[in-house]
Formats: sequence, C-alpha cells, structure tokens
Amino acid sequence: MLKSLRGRIIFIAVILGICGYYIYADGLKLGLDLQGGMHLVVEIDDPDGTLTDEARADAIDRAETVLRTRIDELGVEEPLIQKVGSDRIIVELAGISDENQAKDVIRRAAFLEFKLVRSWSDFAPDLPRIDRVIVATVGADSLGSLGRDVQAPSSSIEELLFGAGASEEGDSAAAEEGAAEAGDDAAVDAEAGQTAQDEASEAEAEEDDAAVLSPFTALLNQGSEDGVYLVAEEDVEAAELFLSIPEVQRAMPRDISLQWGMDPVALTGRIYRQLYVLSEDAFITGQMLENAVSARDQQFNTPQVQFELSRRGGRRFAEVTGQNVGEFLAIVLDGEVVSAPVIRDRIGARGQIELGGSTLQEASDLALVLRAGALPAPLRIMEERTVGPSLGQDSVDQGRVAGMIGIVLVVLIMCTYYRVAGVLSVFALGVYVVLVLGGLAMFGATLTVPGIAGLILSVGMAVDANVLIFERIREELDAGRAVRTAVEDGFGNALSAIVDANLTTLITALILFQFGTGPVRGFAVTLSIGILASFFTALYVTRSFFFMYLSRKRATDPISI
Amino acid sequence: MRLFGNARYRFIEARRKAYVFSALVLAIALASMVANIVVIGSWQNYGVDFTGGSLVQVRFDETMDAAELRSALGGAQAPPITSIGNEGNEFVIRAPLAEDREVEAVALEIRGQIQGAFPNSDIEVVRTELVGPKIGAELQQKAALAILFSFALTLIYLAIRFEFRFGVAAVIATVHDSIITLGFLALFRVEIALPTVAAILTIIGYSLNDTIVVFDRVRENLNAKGGRRQDPVALVNRSINETLPRTVLTSGTTLGVLMALLIFGGAVIRDFTTVLILGVLVGTYSSIFVASPALLEIQRRWGTKDLVEAQRGGPRGAGGGTPPSGRPGKRKKRRRKGRRVAGARA
Repeated sequence: MLKSLRGRIIFIAVILGICGYYIYADGLKLGLDLQGGMHLVVEIDDPDGTLTDEARADAIDRAETVLRTRIDELGVEEPLIQKVGSDRIIVELAGISDENQAKDVIRRAAFLEFKLVRSWSDFAPDLPRIDRVIVATVGADSLGSLGRDVQAPSSSIEELLFGAGASEEGDSAAAEEGAAEAGDDAAVDAEAGQTAQDEASEAEAEEDDAAVLSPFTALLNQGSEDGVYLVAEEDVEAAELFLSIPEVQRAMPRDISLQWGMDPVALTGRIYRQLYVLSEDAFITGQMLENAVSARDQQFNTPQVQFELSRRGGRRFAEVTGQNVGEFLAIVLDGEVVSAPVIRDRIGARGQIELGGSTLQEASDLALVLRAGALPAPLRIMEERTVGPSLGQDSVDQGRVAGMIGIVLVVLIMCTYYRVAGVLSVFALGVYVVLVLGGLAMFGATLTVPGIAGLILSVGMAVDANVLIFERIREELDAGRAVRTAVEDGFGNALSAIVDANLTTLITALILFQFGTGPVRGFAVTLSIGILASFFTALYVTRSFFFMYLSRKRATDPISI
Repeated sequence: MRLFGNARYRFIEARRKAYVFSALVLAIALASMVANIVVIGSWQNYGVDFTGGSLVQVRFDETMDAAELRSALGGAQAPPITSIGNEGNEFVIRAPLAEDREVEAVALEIRGQIQGAFPNSDIEVVRTELVGPKIGAELQQKAALAILFSFALTLIYLAIRFEFRFGVAAVIATVHDSIITLGFLALFRVEIALPTVAAILTIIGYSLNDTIVVFDRVRENLNAKGGRRQDPVALVNRSINETLPRTVLTSGTTLGVLMALLIFGGAVIRDFTTVLILGVLVGTYSSIFVASPALLEIQRRWGTKDLVEAQRGGPRGAGGGTPPSGRPGKRKKRRRKGRRVAGARA
C-alpha cells in the first residue's frame, strides 16, 4: 500500500490545485439574500384560463425576450432571467437600487406599434420653439450648469459649444435678447440639412449664444437617413431630460413624436443613439399582428421576417403602405424603434421585411420582438423578495463567525478524542473545505443563507465519516490485530456504512433540488457537493494521510488514535 | 480518550419505556397540530412563503418599542409584528394577502405607515417579501411531495441495499421523527418558511443516516460467523452498543456546530437551526429506541424464525408497514411455507 503513496499525494495536490484555481478564477457567487438584491417571479396574467397550452408556451417565450430587453435598460450587472416550467419566469437582479423602477419596467405591457418615419423638414420648423420653451423653463443658468454636467472630454464641436455656454453664467439678460435670432438660425440651418458642426464653423462668434439659446437643436446631428437624428451617447441624458419637460411635450407638434432607436450606432468612431421623427399615431399595433417568423428569401437567400396581420390590420396596412411607398416604416416596441425598413410596395395582411445584410439570427430576433409585442396577456408579478445590502452583509458576517467557531469546535473535539489520527482528519477536513468551495465555484452555484447552513451541516457529515473509520480501527486494534491490518480493515469495514449513509442523504438532497426553489435549491446544491466531497475526503484523503503516518513508523509501533 | 467503549446498555429491553415515551411525545405533537387547527385555523403557522402575503423587515437606528410600532400600524388591527435580533431595533411585519388587493399595495402601505409614524427615526427597510397566493399553494403541494418522494426513494434504496423490512423500520423511525419535529413546530407556532422545509428534509436525511449506521452493524453481525444462531434481541443490542461511541461523537459534534450556528448565525436562520438541532436529538434517539425495536417487532410479527432467515426471505411478509404496537411476540408465528429463497446478500 505504501508504493502508491506518492501517487496519492500527487493526486490530492492536483485536485486541490484545480479547486484552488476555480475558487481564485470564478470566485463564489453570493445569493441575493447575501449580497442584497431582488428576486421576482413573473407570470403571464391569464386568470380566466383562456389561453391554450401552446399559446401560453409561446407567450412565455416572447415575454422572456421582452424582459431581457427591458432589464438591459436597467443596467443591472449579470441579471438572471430564467424560464421555469411552462408559464413562469424568474428574474434575479443583484444589488438593485430602485426596486419600484425595476418592477415598473417589468410589468409594463409590451407595446408594439408600426409608425411612419417622417422627414426632418416636418419637424425642423418647430425646433426653435422647442428650444425657446426649454430656455424659458429650465433657465439659461441651469442650462449652463447642465452643459457642464453632460460635457465629456471630447473635442466635438457641439460639446465645445455646450461647455462654452456654461461659462456664460450670469449673462442671462443678453442671452434672452438674442434668443429669437439664434433660434431662427438654428432652424434655418436644420432645414438646409446642415449639421451642427457646419453651423459652428460658420459662425464661431455665435457659438456661445447658440449653445445656450438652442440647447436641444445643438444636440441633434443629421445622418444619412432622412427623419433620423443622431445624438451622441453622452448627450442622450440631456436630450431625454429636455424631452421629459411637460412644457416641451406640449410644444411638440401634434402629429409628430420623437422616439429613440433601441440600439446605439457607431459612426466615425463615436457612439450615437438614433432619434426618430415619427408620426404620432400608430396605424398598426401589436393586437393586429397575428404571427411573425424569420425565413430566407428564396430568390436571394437573404434573411427576412414574414409577418401576418389580422384582417382589419391587413386592410389598414394595405391602405397606408399603398400611399407611402418608398417611405420608411418604424417598428416601435415599448416606445423604442427596433427597426425601420423601407416600404417597397403596397402590403396587405401578409408582408415581409427584408433584412439585406443581416444574419438569420437578427431576423429571428426581430421576429421574436414582433411576436413579443403581441403578448396576449400582460405580465404579472407573482412573487417578490428584496434583501437590502446591509442585511445581506450581516448574514455573511454572521455566517463567517458561526462557521469559524464551528470549525474550531470540530478541530478541538477531533484532536482531543483521536490525537494524531484526529490531527490527520483535521487536515483531511481542510482538503474537504477547499473541495467544497472549489465545487461550488466550478458549478457556478450560488451561496445562500440556507446554503451556509448546508455547508456547516455537511462538515458534520464529513466528520461523521472520519469518526466511523476511526471507531472501526479502534475496534480492530481492540480485537488484537496488527496496526496495519487494523487500519486497512477499519477503512474497509466502515465503507458500507459511509456509502449507505451518504447516499441516502444525497437522495434527500437531490429531491430538495428537484422540488425546491431559490434558497432551498442553494441548500440542496451545497449539501450535495458537500456529501460528494466528504465521500472523497474520508475514503481517499484521510486514508492517504493515514498511510503517510504509518509509513514513518515501524510495523510494530503503536499508533495514536 | 474513549467514551462508551465496551458499552453494554440494554437498550432493547428498555423499549417498552421508549414506546410509552414516544407515544406521549407523538400525542403532544398531534394535539398541538389539532389545537392549531382550532385556534389559528391551520395545523402549522405557515409563513408568507406558503400562504401568500407580504413581509417587511425594518431596522431602526435606535431601540424601538414593539408596542409603539404596533400602535403606529393600527393598534389592535395591526398585522403581526415580531422583534428579531437582540438589539430591539429590528422587526418583521407580516400582512396577509387580502383577496381583492394588489400584493404591492400592502407592502407600500406598511412602509408608508411606519415612515409616517416615526419621522424622526432613521428607518431602513432591509427585506421585503411578497408572495402571491397561487405560488403559496403550489409550494405547500411541492413540499409535501418532496417529503413523500424522499420516503419512497429511501425505502427503495434500503430495500435494495439491505432488505425490505430494514427499509420499513427506517421509514417508521423517520416518520416518527418528522411528526415530532412538525409537532414541535406546531406547539411553538414556529413560522414555516421555505428554509424550514429544507430543515425538515435534512432531518429526514440525518435520522436515516443514524439509523443506517446502526442497521449496517446489525447486517454485519448477522452475516458474521455464528450471527445466525444468536438471539435477535441480543444481536441488535450489541450492534447498538458497538456503534454507540460513533453515535455520541457524531451527534455531539454536529450539535456543537449547530449550536454555534444558532448563537452566532444571526436571526435569519435561527428557526432553521432550531429545527435542525431538534432533529439531531430526535434522530439520535429514534435510531436507538425506535428504528431498532421496530426492526425486531416487524420480524417477530411478520417475520420468520430469525433475522437471517428473514433476510433470505426477501421482500415478503413486511405487511403494510404498520407501526409496532405494544404487544410484541404474541402473534409470533413461524411461516415457512411458500417462502422463496432469494439468497442472502454478501
């Protein structure tokens, strides 16, 4: 048995190394109850049970997509969005600060609209008025300080303008005087299709005034597509702020709405968000959409999305598309423009959207977005748990203290009761702890409060296995066997008890995993990993350490157990 | 150091006393559940996890009187308030879910009321939970299913690894432990939350663990030379005594760790730990005084001449798994005919 000793020690070292690597590289994921955060269970709200199982399954797929897009808005790190069963979605948001905002975002009904994209020239005449309203309500001073807030370290002209505006503090009288003039300039420029950059280079003397006097116009850049403004990423916040002012909303032309594009675009090395000029009223909404699927164009093999409208929707669609061939059609989900394809022809109840250079994946994403917008029922929050970060931290601290004390206790008991053998088992338990933590990191398991309890309990089980073995060795020694035989037999005879005891507990843990949710699952996972690790530790690690101990002794020497 | 070395306690001989004791505790347990049905309308004090409803845990920056908090929340109509932790500044407020109300509204109202009543205190809402009634009902069902499944699977496992009657005896002991634990929960109206279910299942695991260690020794002694001709009572007694040092040491260590968890582990898992501690105590007791006698009773009533022959007999004759009554041995019969020889396991 001593020949294999070196191999055993190397094997243990390798396993420890692997576990150590995983602990170091992946770290331990803390559950929401430990780090603070929000756990939500969302369901399709269908109290009358009018949906067929198929419709429900489809609806939950769509809802998952909708939630994913919406939660991305919240900017939560590593959100967990998981479909459970046929009609439920679990959402876990760690470290969320505004739970009400999160809930609103989730509960909002997915709303799909088709709107026509208008021309810049439909909107540009109203820009000076909007600018004036913004100046009047926000005030030139605040605009100046706002400019400083949104200023980014970049050499872009409109930011220079904005920054310069900030230095004009206290000069509001002069600012107001020039308001009409500068606003008109901006309007003319916009109408002429010139960018803000052009305007700036032409009239450097007016820079300061323009930034303060046409705060909104200054943020807008015109790209290559008519009806789509580009707003630099760092200006988006300011633009959203302006648009949210009630007076500004009233000043907007009645038949026009401004809506953001869903995805940012990169242009000449900078990131922009698109701001679409759209017709106010949607001529098609999600309710009229029956289905949407991705497909390949049979002639050109390019991806496309085929959709089907209700009969009423089809008539309306045919009418509007017939009148607007060559125009752009904006697909708006939850107030954001997902896509804006061009209208090639008059389309009836069945139509298709060509996605020239895109992948089939993009086509199926768009199809899913379309179907998501036609959610047959709103989402309903069934369950909600939030844990504040301070409570979570307390639990971590307390768990750590309790764990330390528990471990010290185990070490004391084992070392007093079994002497050298106890010390060996304590080393084996050290290996066990690394194994469990490594296992948790490897499987990406989350550590929850009950999980910590499960961990501590499984330490107890690991101790039990060692106790079983040591008691057997003592018995064999009492029966007068030689030391090495006693050790061999002790391990051998304890095996069946350890196997049966651990396996039944493992069965219970697996059932818990199957039926449990959230924290209970965390408990089941830690317990299962703990049991497997204790198995390996008792039967391999403790045994190897024992061999090591025996190899330093003569066969006739007594052992300390 | 050695505890209980060469112990020769006559555990099995004391089984009648244990039966009386167990029966008494079981009666109290069942009575508590019945009393709960009468008094609070449910056999257990189900928490919001199961009933649906809301829970708000608040922490004040100073010590707060529970009565003051109660009056701020509507006096007699106030939802149940429990103080948790040792500092007197943390409270859990539970509100049931009214039929016609949105879950969120209830929690918002509680929050608003507290903040309105104590404008000068700094209040932190450290935890909120809202569970819809549908989810709660599903959880009750799942928990019951989980417990039944674990019984069934361990029974099957033990039937394969040992023999059917060992499995029946182990399940009897486990049911005994579960009822006592549930009775304890009912008696003190401990709130049943999801982790509590986890704790109950862990107890089932632990109780089995203990029982199996004893049964493993019984199996071994039976298969040893001369074990077949031994008096079953003496054999089981010897097996218990031989495993006694292990039982004491393991239970002691586990209890020690759990005590550390109870004292230093914080308020959130206090109930959880309490249940586990109780479970370890009951589990240890039952492996000696319930599971082992049950094994003997089953063998006497429905079994063959001795355990070895019973073991050869395979899964026959375990009856309906009725718990042993206090009349051992009266119907001791030798039923040899028709017995299939399945062969003893190695």
